[in-house]
Amino acid sequence: MARAVTPRRKALTTALAWAIGFLIFFPILWTILTSFKTEAEAIASPPKFLFFDWTLENYGVVQDRSNYMRFLWNSVIIAGGSTLLGILVAVPAAWSMAFVPSRRTKDILMWMLSTKMLPAVGVLYPIYLIFIKLGLLDTRIGLIVVLMLINLPIIVWMLYTYFREIPGEILEAARMDGASLRDEILYVLTPMAVPGIASTILLNFILAWNEAFWTLNLTAANAGPLTAFIASYSSPEGLFFAKLSAASTMAIAPILILGWFSQKQLVRGLTFGAVK
Amino acid sequence: MATRHSRSAARLMMAPAVILLLGWMLVPLTMTLWFSFREFLPLRGGDMGWVGFDNYARFVTSSAFWPSIQTTLLIVGGVLLITVVLGVLLALLLDQPMWGQGVVRILVIAPFFVMPTVSALVWKNMFMDPVNGLFAHLWKAFGATPVEWLSQASMFSIILIVAWQWLPFATLILLTAIQSLDSEQLEAAEMDGAPALKRFWFIILPHLGRAITVVILIQTIFLLSVFAEIFVTTQGSFGTRTLTYLIFQRVLESQNVGLGSAGGVYAIILANIVAIFLMRIVGKNLDR
Amino acid sequence: MYLRNALRAATALSLIAAGGAWAETLTIATVNNGDMIRMQGLTDDFTAKTGHTVEWVTLEENVLRQRVTTDITTKGGQFDIMTIGMYETPIWGKNGWLVPLDDLGADYDVDDILPAMRGGLSYDGTLYAAPFYGESSMIMYRTDLMEKAGLTMPDAPTWDFVAEAARAMTDKENEVYGICLRGKAGWGENMAFLTAMSNSFGARWFDEDWNAQFDSDAWKTTLTFYLDLMNDAGPPGASNNGFNENLSLFQQGKCGMWIDATVAASFVTNPNDSTVADKVGFALAPDTGLGKRGNWLWAWALAIPAGTAKADAAKEFIRWATSKEYIELVASKEGWANVPPGARTSLYENPNYKDIPFAQMTLQSILSADPLAPTVDPVPYVGIQFVAIPEFAGIATEVGQEFSAALAGQQTAEQALEKAQALTTDAMEAAGY
Repeated sequence: MARAVTPRRKALTTALAWAIGFLIFFPILWTILTSFKTEAEAIASPPKFLFFDWTLENYGVVQDRSNYMRFLWNSVIIAGGSTLLGILVAVPAAWSMAFVPSRRTKDILMWMLSTKMLPAVGVLYPIYLIFIKLGLLDTRIGLIVVLMLINLPIIVWMLYTYFREIPGEILEAARMDGASLRDEILYVLTPMAVPGIASTILLNFILAWNEAFWTLNLTAANAGPLTAFIASYSSPEGLFFAKLSAASTMAIAPILILGWFSQKQLVRGLTFGAVK
Repeated sequence: MATRHSRSAARLMMAPAVILLLGWMLVPLTMTLWFSFREFLPLRGGDMGWVGFDNYARFVTSSAFWPSIQTTLLIVGGVLLITVVLGVLLALLLDQPMWGQGVVRILVIAPFFVMPTVSALVWKNMFMDPVNGLFAHLWKAFGATPVEWLSQASMFSIILIVAWQWLPFATLILLTAIQSLDSEQLEAAEMDGAPALKRFWFIILPHLGRAITVVILIQTIFLLSVFAEIFVTTQGSFGTRTLTYLIFQRVLESQNVGLGSAGGVYAIILANIVAIFLMRIVGKNLDR
Repeated sequence: MYLRNALRAATALSLIAAGGAWAETLTIATVNNGDMIRMQGLTDDFTAKTGHTVEWVTLEENVLRQRVTTDITTKGGQFDIMTIGMYETPIWGKNGWLVPLDDLGADYDVDDILPAMRGGLSYDGTLYAAPFYGESSMIMYRTDLMEKAGLTMPDAPTWDFVAEAARAMTDKENEVYGICLRGKAGWGENMAFLTAMSNSFGARWFDEDWNAQFDSDAWKTTLTFYLDLMNDAGPPGASNNGFNENLSLFQQGKCGMWIDATVAASFVTNPNDSTVADKVGFALAPDTGLGKRGNWLWAWALAIPAGTAKADAAKEFIRWATSKEYIELVASKEGWANVPPGARTSLYENPNYKDIPFAQMTLQSILSADPLAPTVDPVPYVGIQFVAIPEFAGIATEVGQEFSAALAGQQTAEQALEKAQALTTDAMEAAGY
């Protein structure tokens, strides 16, 4: 695997990669740094990079103004709930597509993906009216269901591609041993598919966490997640770069940390069957 | 291997997902279709009866319609081009041996975790602001006049913001694909004295075909409905009004649900045209 | 913590016992402006007095509007109180979507509300929303820069003087721009300013038969004047600047003049946020001698959607938030400069408020605005910087995008006006005028 390279080439690659990585990450870094400045320093010219009076006052202001923990908790519940519910529905579907394929399997898969192309704004009124009828407005359960439906095609597809990688012989062997369909899924398939399922969960958690149309338009005081939290900071009066940065940092920090800790999983899993 | 028994079981297991999605698609779709044939003005007393194809005709003849289609396709195409090209290059680079590969990878994928609203806000205010933005400072440092990004280069700016968000996704998938490449084959080619460019063109790129298709497919689905980035930055001014944004304006700003619904139907048609087009390529590539 | 809760519970209980009212939780949608954020901080006072608690939904203006409009038109019932403006109130009131506020009690002193505000927030003589704060627009200018330019700002300048001063104050080398005006597209952004400005040039949106008037000479003069002025003396990127962006520029000392909402006066003179706090002067919005000034009239007001089960508690909140006592409460905590302005006559008669430098200019601006006769020629509509018909927001935002593009140099004034005329005519036909 390891290709022999000269140390000089390795050093060059390292420098280049780090430089590009830094460049791509810079907007986030700059936001985090700005969140620790005073408003005046946030717009100082020339910009101050590291040498300024670090302060936590922006976080204090943001926390005073809105109940961050509630938004965070809603985000966790909604993103987590919709992902888990989606997995529950998608695993059997993906299983049957992968192991009992029919002529129409691919058509169904593509049709599922195409449901994602409905522009959300176009159906805001219908969905809002349905939500009123069902009493789902501003409830977490309502959002969980909507986000689950939005991401379900992606979940099914990802799982389908993982399941296809699992050799059918193993299943046949299990069947020979008298395993029922349920056993087959629970004891043979699932353990083999855990890495795939884990990265599916991760990806969809991220997608659900960042969804900003339905989460804003279907919530009021109770179920609003972090996307609603950030909507109250987008253009406050006066100097606001530092406060905006603090709010932004608070909104993205949890998912960023989660993403970093699980990036190995994510890297392994984000193949969509693209890797043979 | 599929017995009749397992076939019916398979159908049963697929049922929840299919039924749910069918419901999710059909119920709003039916309601959208219904509204699109009616004069529905919530602020003027609501549903005011049938108008036939009036809404469809009006939506399509509006001077904003064709430019919005063009804008939509330009954003989708531009972002795809940038993310795929840069994604391949970045994946190749990250595949090289280096120190601190894990950290670099973390840095590169970070933008994917940022909410679209947040990234649009940060780019708009802290980078592209022509007075206080970091770009303005940079330009001034070199004695140049700061660019008014969001008005003078509005499409470029939006494509840049969206591409920044999606580049990590493309890079990750492409990187995974490159890592699965048989390194012996590459080494053999290297031994034979094939130059780097040739190796890339004849071995690596064909291998990445499937991964690139996947990137294009998934991203297209998300990019067709890009909204937050435009809502936060230009609000559709300066030629950045996509079809999705135009529908938003009709439904929510003008409060004309009938007209907006007709627009929604057009958007579905456009999405399907793009989808069929994609399926043609993807379908071929995804077959084993 | 426990004690405080217990105390609160006790207060609530005693109130229930006394008044027979049940403690409710109100959900209030509001905009993320400074005065509203201050109100959120003071909610405890309301809870202590009435026992009701409040859940705030604070949103950025555009998101808020979209959110509350969806909810009111579908009767979603998500909010017990909505923060809306002068544009929405008469339209919603007409549709019967709001609870009339005609019984707020004698101690509320509804007659104390400035007549212009009351008129703009009523439909058919019934008040449907109570003004939390009101504003007009006026010139805020840098006294030091004006002096440096060798000019003196009159109390009631003309547009020609403003243009001359703006060009004289501009010093692009040092990032000082003579005038900052709204350029960001939106009916509540550049179109609010431009519509008000056009009134002073004798332009109007519609003639008496609802024909769009963008092909008139008056509009051409207005837009050309605005574009020339902004190109010579405006900040870069002005086509993306709305109220907040300009406020930020002014506070950083980068604007010589700024014509915008009177409420901004307290922000630009607040030494905590503004680097030029002690160098700001005020003047009425300019005119061209045709008898109308380019100032608007607006109020952010609290309204109760019809159908809420908590109408009584909601009224109690409105009584609290828009009362004289609330103004005093803010004054005692944050000083008189920070009280919500422009809603009540008594505020301007208060000796404590008279010393505030911008108080009289604000009052004069508000008093000189007449939503019923906004411009020189007669019009079929109500509203100064808007036209109080449901179609307006959509049309004006699209027109605003054309004007914004003209400011960005992507088209000429003539092209922008031509497109504006066409799209307004289309939309009005579609709406059946």
